[in-house]
Amino acid sequence: MRNPLRSEAQAFRFLMVVIVAALAIGGGAYINTWLGIVAAVLAVAGIVWWLMQEPMPGTGEPARRVDPSTPAGTHRVLVVAMPGTSSVAVGADATEIVVIVPALVSTLEAEQTALSLTRRLSRPGVSVRGEVGPDDPWLAAEDALRTFGADAIVVAGDAGIADEIRGRVTVPVSLA
Amino acid sequence: MAVHAEHLDHGVHEHPPEAHYSSRISPSILGMFLFIGSEIMLFGAFFTAYFFVRVVAGTPWPTPPFHLPVFVALVNTCILVTSSFTMHWALQSVKRGNVFGLRAGLLLTFLMGLTFLVTQGREYSRVGFAPKDGAFATIFYCLTGLHGAHVFIGLSILLFMTIRAFRGHFSPEDHRGVEIGGIYWHFVDVMWIVVYLTVYIL
Repeated sequence: MRNPLRSEAQAFRFLMVVIVAALAIGGGAYINTWLGIVAAVLAVAGIVWWLMQEPMPGTGEPARRVDPSTPAGTHRVLVVAMPGTSSVAVGADATEIVVIVPALVSTLEAEQTALSLTRRLSRPGVSVRGEVGPDDPWLAAEDALRTFGADAIVVAGDAGIADEIRGRVTVPVSLA
Repeated sequence: MAVHAEHLDHGVHEHPPEAHYSSRISPSILGMFLFIGSEIMLFGAFFTAYFFVRVVAGTPWPTPPFHLPVFVALVNTCILVTSSFTMHWALQSVKRGNVFGLRAGLLLTFLMGLTFLVTQGREYSRVGFAPKDGAFATIFYCLTGLHGAHVFIGLSILLFMTIRAFRGHFSPEDHRGVEIGGIYWHFVDVMWIVVYLTVYIL
């Protein structure tokens, strides 16, 4: 279906169609009111038909290939750290790092940990970002992975959490 | 939702994740689209009242001894339709980098919209009936008044657009503010044509 409000140009074109229809209705009504009503019904049907002529945008296009690989020279590392973690080791090949800290007890504590780890991991040429996630470590990691396609995951703290994450993702998971 | 705790050090580039949305329509245009959708429903409610008064209740239209100023409204319609052309010209101008065309187009559109509104106010003062004078008068004022309110909103948007245009805020690469305002203005124009046809002509 054609969307007449998709852009100003489309809206203007729709206005032109409405003006033509209005002239037909006005002309019909000038002769006889019922003729005007018939013209209005036909005009509305015509406009609906015109709007239906165009397929939904994008439906005719082939589905885009989703490429899970990161660009050459980029290595993204997701760090899942428990609140209170003071340091974590991330390989020197990392170019983008996201530190996710589940808010197990309080958001403030998790935020402080995320900030502290972000500072420690910052180095020239590396993009580092810290976030506070939900109180479930796996859920926090999963949320982060939705917007950050990591090449590797580093878990700081609990081996059990590392095992749980390892069982659910295909990227390498290491315990720091 | 995650709370962000960011740190900028050593000139390191840090930023929150890019906003994710469908690439098929921008969020601002989608917002205007949804807003106009709600406006169509609002107008739909008023047209339903019109339909019931005129068709179901069989109220004479216009109810004697009143008359509708069809010719003045026709002139007003021509003014409003012309303002859509100048609006379109303004947007085409900014796309081509023509700053004069953008400013002149927006200014003319604003002036024509203002003329429409002033003429409508003048028409109200001379039409000879008030909203309390029966169902016909109530519906007339409701439909034209509702549209007038939309013209006023459109004029407010146009005023900001015009000021921004004179301050040089728009360019061939960045003119989203004109695009969205233009969509709204054309919607107001289309609604007036429907109001004019139903209230004054049919």
